[in-house]
Formats: sequence, structure tokens, C-alpha cells
Amino acid sequence: MHLKYESTLREPLVDGVKDYHKVTEDIIGPIEAKPGKLWYVGFFISLSLLAFGAFSVFWEVYFGIGVWNLNKTVGWGWDITNFVWWVGIGHAGTLISAILLLFRQGWRTGVNRAAEAMTIFAVMCAGQFPIFHMGRVWMAFFVLPYPNTRGPVWVNFNSPLLWDVFAISTYFTVSLLFWYSGLIPDFATVRDRAKTKLRKLLYGIASFGWTGSTKHWQRHESLSLVLAGLSTPLVLSVHTIVSFDFATSVIPGWHTTIFPPYFVAGAIFSGFAMVQTLLIITRKILHLEDYITIGHMDAMNKVIVLTGSIVGCAYLTELFMAWYSGSQYEFAEFYKYRAAGPLGWSYYIMMTCNVVTPQVFWFRKMRRNVMVTFIMSIIVNIGMWFERFVIICTSLYRDYLPSSWVYYRPAWPEVGFYLGTFGLFFTCYFLFAKYFPVIAVAEIKHVLKTSGESFKKDMTKYEQESPEKFAHDVAHAH
Amino acid sequence: MAAKKFVVGCFDDEAVLFPAVKKVRAAGYKIHDVYTPFPVHGLDHAMGLRETSLHTAGFIYGITGTTTALSFMSWVFTTDWPMNIGGKPHFSLPAFIPITFELTVLFSAVGMVMTFCYLCQLAPFVKKHVFHPRQTDDKFVMAIEVTGKTGADELKNFLTAAGAQEVHEQTAETGWWLGRFDREDRLFSEQPTPLNA
Repeated sequence: MHLKYESTLREPLVDGVKDYHKVTEDIIGPIEAKPGKLWYVGFFISLSLLAFGAFSVFWEVYFGIGVWNLNKTVGWGWDITNFVWWVGIGHAGTLISAILLLFRQGWRTGVNRAAEAMTIFAVMCAGQFPIFHMGRVWMAFFVLPYPNTRGPVWVNFNSPLLWDVFAISTYFTVSLLFWYSGLIPDFATVRDRAKTKLRKLLYGIASFGWTGSTKHWQRHESLSLVLAGLSTPLVLSVHTIVSFDFATSVIPGWHTTIFPPYFVAGAIFSGFAMVQTLLIITRKILHLEDYITIGHMDAMNKVIVLTGSIVGCAYLTELFMAWYSGSQYEFAEFYKYRAAGPLGWSYYIMMTCNVVTPQVFWFRKMRRNVMVTFIMSIIVNIGMWFERFVIICTSLYRDYLPSSWVYYRPAWPEVGFYLGTFGLFFTCYFLFAKYFPVIAVAEIKHVLKTSGESFKKDMTKYEQESPEKFAHDVAHAH
Repeated sequence: MAAKKFVVGCFDDEAVLFPAVKKVRAAGYKIHDVYTPFPVHGLDHAMGLRETSLHTAGFIYGITGTTTALSFMSWVFTTDWPMNIGGKPHFSLPAFIPITFELTVLFSAVGMVMTFCYLCQLAPFVKKHVFHPRQTDDKFVMAIEVTGKTGADELKNFLTAAGAQEVHEQTAETGWWLGRFDREDRLFSEQPTPLNA
């Protein structure tokens, strides 16, 4: 008898007839097999995007930031839009790995590893934009508070831009540690069943000599729980601080107090969409449909419709406050330059993709449809990119002096830089999908006997007995 | 570091493992360790291990981060180089909160992971003896030290009676050393047949 009993009414988290060894085979198997043709095609497309991105960045560094179409009026364009977009995408990974762990949501076990990997790669991509936006990128280390020979003149600790430096670097470090500490036992699994010397060597190094000792597992559990507890406020703080970049300024359209919750909800919204995009492809190619089930997608779509609606409420609140505040600048910003004006089209793309279309997820049938979910995940990502574009560019392109009003469109190095981060992201993701266990093997084994489909069938006999007897039996089982 | 003799019992199911641990302890044998492919809740208590204090260490690292950040920023802005930023007070506590929070989390997380690795002797190139190649896959492996008082054969019979599927004797180093898994361990396909079952 297992220590934990879960109702048969709850959907199983692992489909099919599995035992512990089968779980290992299913998840570690793809690492040991040669990658398919699709993998190579995808990997080389990503690599070429990365190369193009590197060239675009080289161009920008060599000739200066003037090669971008930024100007005196629109000082933040695609670069900061992309920065906020990528950071936001990262948030879903931490939400899944940390917040859902604290809320004891069992379904997170199937998706947390890939989602955390996505977080790390997305934050890596995000970090490029502010760094290269500095222009003289070789001076980037000036953002660090180190004792220098210029006084020392310290950095401005009151500036939200500096808070960002601390927030993003802490977020990256903590996510990486959390992710890697979870990977260590799984690397040991790959190591111990290795059939080639090279694999044994490399996974032996990566697994840090893990043996699965009970004491080590006890510490590992404690570590995971505390890291989850730390990551939960951390992830909320990161996008809050990103929103402070805007909210602490006095630009109409930026200067609002709803930005922190609005940004965090938007981040989770776009992040879950990216998780869906990646996992729908991953589960198909690696044949992991038993572990990343329709039920997982259903749960994530519920989060998407919830956070999408929060974002929708925030849009309406902004519109209401622009009128109710009586500030003519706020009013002009929202009703003349966002909802109308030359860049108005982006506002409607944002509204349609983020508020209107996700409403299909109120229907169970739609939430559980793979094709609908995939298309919606792309739409949401487009919508969330435009949200950041709207917030940044439409607030800037019409300032207080009509003589400085401009239209903004990106130059090729800006587009190239953005494509390059896609290259970086997918290059990393392809390598991850090939060489890392994309599902947390040990965690799946941990929930297998309570939430596996084949084990759930055995629970019927417990369902018929009285809860008192069950509790008594558990208490005296050993 | 010295090589010791062990009797190793492999169990298929944690439901069999629990009573076995209890029996072994009641019979007075010294369990060296139990190796499991995933965290088995309650096994640490069954083995009589004490709770870990890793979270306490995490708390201490956290408050170290808090005090470092707060005192450093206050020192910089009030003593070392007071700067007039928009006429705001030099000691502007609300503006220090974000960085203070981030450093608290950073110190706590980094410190805890390093402590975890130190306590469990985990690092790249660390080599430890693996009693059974499937202890990270699907087997629950109990290693019992053979001392002068415990006979190996007696122990083997005891473990078989307690439900172990596979019992054998091994001589192994108990600590860790720097080494390579590909040099010192056999590959899975080269393991003797009972292990591959």
C-alpha cells in the first residue's frame, strides 16, 4: 500500500501502464538514440539565426547604436520591447517549478524541467538587449558596484535600471541553481545506464557523483522546497522591477501604479504560451504524450485564460483611468495615440491577441485540443510582444512637442538582433532536448504510484472502504 | 577512507523496503545507507536519520544578504560618496528595498546550494562507489556493513527473508575520491547478468 492515496476522479498525470524502469526508458531513451532528421533541420535553422543575430550585433557594436532606428523621441524601441518580452516568457518556468510546487499542484512534475530550461534560455536572450543597448558594450561592467579608481563613484542604487541589473542576474542565477540541482539525480540515472564510455564520462561529471543516498535525498528535498520558496517572491519581484523601469518615470502611459501586477500577469500569460508551443512539439517528437498529457495542456490553458483576463482588465483599467484622472496628457496618450494615431494598428493587434482570442479557452473542448492550443500559444506570444511594443513605442512617439513627433520602424540590425535571440533560444533548447532529460525522471517516479493511470485502477478498493480505516492502515503500515 | 565489506540487498518496491528497513534495524544490523531512484518520503525517519538543518543555513545566508545589501548601500550613499539625486534624502530606505530583497534571495540560494554540495560531497569529477547500476533507475538498494559480529551469510539470508530480490556481497570504499566514472565503473552492458535482469 502506498503512503498517499489520490482519488480516481482526478485525471492521471502519467498515462499508460508504467513501472519505474519504463519511466526511465521512456525519458532517457531519446538521449541515447541518434537524433532524428527534424532535429538536425531545426538545429541548423537555429544556428543560422544565431549567426545572423551575431552579425547584426557585430554591426551595431562596430558602427554604434546609430544603425538602429532609435532617435531622440523613441529612445527605447525593439530592443527594450524584446527584453521585456523575453524576461516575461521566462516567468512561466519559475511559476511552474516554484509556485506550483508550493501549491502542491501535481501536474507540474511533467512539465517543470522543460519550463525551467525555457526560463534560463529566455533570460539569457533577454539579458542581451539592455547590454547591447548600452552602445559601448565594453563598458557594460560599469553597472556593477565595484571599488573603482574614479572616486570611487558608485552606481545609483536608487535607479530602477540598476535594480533591474540585480533582479535579472539574481533571477538567472537562482533559476540555474534550482534547475541544475534538480538535474543532478537524473544525470546520475543517465550515467549509470550509459552504454558508451564517453556518455559515462560526461554524465559522470555532470551528475557530481550522485548516488541516491537517503540522506542526500532528504537534503535535496529540503533544498528544493526552500529554493521554491525563494523563487516565488523572486519571480514576482523580477517583473515588478522591470515594470518599475516604466512606472517610476513620468511619461504618460508609463506612470501608473497598476504596472507591477499587470506586468507579472502578462509575463505568466506569455510564458505559459511559450511553454505550450515548446511542449506540444517536444512531446510529439520525443513521444512523451504519456507524460505531458492533454490534462497538462488543459491546466496550462486555464492559467492562460486567467492571466489573459487579468491583462484584459488591466487594459480596461488604463483606459478608464486615462479618462477619469482628468489628465489631458494621459487622455491624449490612450485615446489619440494608442487607440488611434499612426501606430494604432499595434494596439488592436495587442487587444485581439491578448484579450479576445484567449476567451476560446473557456470551453473545455478547446482547452483540450492540441491544434487549437498550439495556434493560440503563437497568437498569445505575438499579442504579448505587441503589448510591450505598445507600452514602449506608442508612449514615446508622441511626446510633448509636436515638432518631435516621429514614426518608428526598426532597422535591419534591430530585427536581426531579435531573430538572433530566437536562434540562441532554440539552439539551447534543441541541445537541451537532445542531451538532457526533458522531464524530471525522479519526480515522475515519485508521483507514479499515486497518479499513474495503471496504479489509479488499484485505488478502487480503497475508495470503497471508510476513510477512518484507510487512515488507520496508513498510520500502522510500518 | 578505507574499503569495507558490505552485504547489498536490492528491493523492487518501496512497500517492501519499508518493513525490511524496520526489521533490519530491529535485528540490530547497521544500515550503511539506502539508495533510491527518487526521494521516498518517510524513509529517512524509518532509518532513524535526523532532520536536515539545511533550511536553517539558508535562513542565515539570507539575513547575511539582507544586512550586506542594506549596510553597503547606506554606507555608500551616506558616508563614502553622498550624492544629490534629485534632492532626495541620502538614506532613502524605500529605494534600497528591491536590491536588498534580491541580494537576500541570491545569498540564500547560492549559499544553500553550496552547502548542499559540500554536505553531500557533490562536485564535478567526484567519484563514489555505486552499489548497483540500477539504484538510480528502479531498484531500492540497501547496503549493510559486515562487521566482526555479523556474519555475511546470515545477513544475506536475513535480507532475502525480508523481501530482497537480489542479495550479494561487495567490498567498497565508503567515501569519495576524485575519479572518472568511465574508467572505474563497468558500463551497463558489461555488468554481470543478474544485474541486467
